[in-house]
Amino acid sequence: MPDVLVLVDHDGERVHKCTYELLTAARRLGDPAAVVVGTPGTAARLEEPLARHGATSVYAAESTEADEFLATPAVDALELAVREVSPAAVLVSATTDGKEVAGRLAARLDGGLLIDAVDVDSCGVATQVVFGGSYTVRSQVTHGLPVITLRPGSFEPEERPVEARARQLALPPVDRVASARVTARRAALAGDRPELTEATVVVSGGRGVGGADGFKVVEQLADALGGAVGASRAAVDAGYYPHQYQVGQTGKSVSPQLYIALGISGAIQHLAGMQTSKTILAVNKDPEAPILGLADYAVVGDLFAVAPQLAQEVAARRAVG
Amino acid sequence: MSGMPLKDPLDLLDIDSVLTDEEREIQATVARFLADRVRPHIGEWFENAHFARELAPELGKLGVLGMHLEGYGCAGTNAVSYGLACLELEAADSGFRSFVSVQGSLSMFSIWKWGSEEQKQEWLPRLAAGEAIGCFGLTEPDFGSNPSGMRTRAVRDGDDWILNGSKMWITNGGIADVATVWAQTEDGIRGFLVPRGTAGFTTQDIKQKMSLRASITSELYFDDVRLPDSARLPLAEGLRGPLSCLNEARFGILFGAVGAARDSIQAAIDYADTRVQFDRPISAFQLTQKKLADMTVSLGGAALLAVHLGRLKDQHRIRPEQISVGKLNNVREAIAIARECRTVLGANGISLEYSPLRHANNLESVLTYEGTGEMHTLVVGQAITGYPAFR
Amino acid sequence: MNIVVLVKQVPDTAAERTLSEADHTLDRENADLVLDEINERAAEEALTLKEAVGAEVTVVSMGPDSALDAIRKVLAMGADRGIHICDDRLHGADVVTTAKVLAAAVRTVADVDLVLAGNATTDGQASAVPAVVADLLGLPQLTHARELTVDAGRVRVERETENGEATLDAPLPALVSVTEKINEPRYPSFKGIMAAKKKPVETVDLDDLFPDADADADEAGFRVTRTGVVEAVPRPARATGTRVTDDGSAGRQLVAYLIAQKLV
Repeated sequence: MPDVLVLVDHDGERVHKCTYELLTAARRLGDPAAVVVGTPGTAARLEEPLARHGATSVYAAESTEADEFLATPAVDALELAVREVSPAAVLVSATTDGKEVAGRLAARLDGGLLIDAVDVDSCGVATQVVFGGSYTVRSQVTHGLPVITLRPGSFEPEERPVEARARQLALPPVDRVASARVTARRAALAGDRPELTEATVVVSGGRGVGGADGFKVVEQLADALGGAVGASRAAVDAGYYPHQYQVGQTGKSVSPQLYIALGISGAIQHLAGMQTSKTILAVNKDPEAPILGLADYAVVGDLFAVAPQLAQEVAARRAVG
Repeated sequence: MSGMPLKDPLDLLDIDSVLTDEEREIQATVARFLADRVRPHIGEWFENAHFARELAPELGKLGVLGMHLEGYGCAGTNAVSYGLACLELEAADSGFRSFVSVQGSLSMFSIWKWGSEEQKQEWLPRLAAGEAIGCFGLTEPDFGSNPSGMRTRAVRDGDDWILNGSKMWITNGGIADVATVWAQTEDGIRGFLVPRGTAGFTTQDIKQKMSLRASITSELYFDDVRLPDSARLPLAEGLRGPLSCLNEARFGILFGAVGAARDSIQAAIDYADTRVQFDRPISAFQLTQKKLADMTVSLGGAALLAVHLGRLKDQHRIRPEQISVGKLNNVREAIAIARECRTVLGANGISLEYSPLRHANNLESVLTYEGTGEMHTLVVGQAITGYPAFR
Repeated sequence: MNIVVLVKQVPDTAAERTLSEADHTLDRENADLVLDEINERAAEEALTLKEAVGAEVTVVSMGPDSALDAIRKVLAMGADRGIHICDDRLHGADVVTTAKVLAAAVRTVADVDLVLAGNATTDGQASAVPAVVADLLGLPQLTHARELTVDAGRVRVERETENGEATLDAPLPALVSVTEKINEPRYPSFKGIMAAKKKPVETVDLDDLFPDADADADEAGFRVTRTGVVEAVPRPARATGTRVTDDGSAGRQLVAYLIAQKLV
């Protein structure tokens, strides 16, 4: 089986769940080979969980400056790895950074880029949902190396322990004229709730929540369900909730098992980021709100009455269970 | 079988196709500004009788104020573009179109056309930028259609003038930084620029209106107001001075009326498409279709008439009686359309959430100001028969 | 400074979007096209810099004849000149080709200090284009900027993505893509609209940009896409769900539904 390169998404200590999803998808196409870009020692720390999820090789592309520059080290590392192993495909998570890395890699290799896939089969045919969910498109690469970015949440990560071979890639020094240095980072505040793109339940609030205070109701329901909190662009623009929680075209794309939209009208930009959720519930006062037409269960009503009642019922059930 | 309703009733006749790219862009820019800044609030402003004065500098930045004038910070567009801006402004609310008409066509035009170079330099750039607001005092409590009988008088006192009298129904009056005031003198009617704060000049806003609520309407009082001769508009002699300004403003109005009508019909089409009675949208019923069809036909005619008059104006060939035809027809049709649209909306039509009744109420003012429908009828009658029948 | 702004015309987001039957590309004929909203903010940023430090702003757009409207709009906002890349052979171009073509157009502008773009467009998913253009031009990518400062030959941006915020720093020349939060774009003034007609717009095609196009590429002499659509189907509307009006018990009904679906 040919290798399939997987770019590892990590914070230096922990492999992000979306990487395990990539490893699962990669097995359909060949032998998953994880590429870890980071400061020296990172790959060694991450090798065990990667191998547990089926990485047959772990490539260490390490340098002291690898985490100081945006995107470029990852593109350089993948380019090197491709030239070294001639993989069947390269898989990258369809995060903001991942899409940029994948695009740059495809351009350097004159390869075929498939962005934001929600599925990929053993022939390399990727499924994409476009235009806010109004079309399903199945595409494949017709020239050059397939570079595929997979939307987080599209695959169920599986543990498939293997023995991983540790390999080294000689990362070149970063070209300072062609790279942007990251001089400060302020990570999104995580809190106790699950990461939006990793959560199985997402409860989102929109303009209908009415203000920052109103988001307490959204948070309480999310907490009752053990879910993450999201927000529509309208709510973020209005200053009700921080940008990092924005779900939609210009925020995060999510595909949880359960998505609950509270006071969200359902602009196409929002739908684009959540329409692939398995089950959608919506509560909105406006019977005309487009999101109600999309929901598996739609409630026309006041979210401030419905959401607390739901949270209470769920909490009561959990207490019993 | 259901299709998509027409988004813009003017598309039925492709009215856009008789406009240039530049005219369309100017129209689209005004429409977008209003969609962003005015439409979300206009119902509330109308209800609270609030004029959003803070938008004046923004309108100035766009170039709306005195846009058809050349020089002195004015944009210098053609007349059709000015008309299209008025169309969009009135489609949002006649209060804004009235503000722009008075600022550009009455206040600024009177200075631009009849003023001294010093007066132009002093006022036009600030008025164009919306930093200063102007008004225009011609109508009096007892003299509307017959301004020549006005009682406001300016009398020489040495090198100065002493102004006494009052003006009524003056748009922008209470917030104006400068008023163009027309008064009787020994030599006939003359115009004066009276800055706000001049001793003896006071204003009183007219409250409790049922029309043009998002606009300021005031009474102006002049009590021994002393003005230097440099306040007089040197080139204006006789009633021709104010009437030339009114012709400018009427030109904007005959486009504006098209805007109010279009917006009303849009509201009616949208509503009729979503309002279901007897298991189908009411737009699928013949009586509703007759209303919508008649209104859209009449709208198309009004729009083409407006553009035609605009082209004549741009060729400097337009005659006052032609403007009378335009104002008479377009305002008359617009108010009928707005009222009919209200009936399509049923009970919802009386709510401020929908525009037609607001437009209909505004158009009551528009029907009367800048020459009543009756006066324009007689202007047209005279043009046809040769007989003046005004008195 | 010389600033190039990359802009794109997109279907009005309010309108329904369809894929053409023939080749599964976005059906632009049947949609109202407008200058993409985030691109407008990129243009605004360029014009703000122009006013602050002086710059010549070139606006570049790739697309059919109608893309000229997007260019004119930015010229009306205050940009100085335009480059319109118009070539029927570019129909259906993929991300890589789009970026290659845009990069080639940027290269025709002398001494570029800054390339500005929107961080995403509302019509496609390829928010990667700006980063790819940067790579092809050998410029640092400062993407997803919420704030932009240019000073002493360097550019600094506040970057905001789903992973949090970061400060980026790079020497000029550089490429910056902006988010919808960076500014409020100005409305073109009437004077600007009238002046835009007189500003130069150069129309170029693939032969101008790639005089020695790939010999082994497609028959057209240029590789337009490296991917192919196997199948495109309108997604079936999600099965119509349950709809209730809250009578005071909707919360309890919801929990019953979640239990039935094994979601709690």
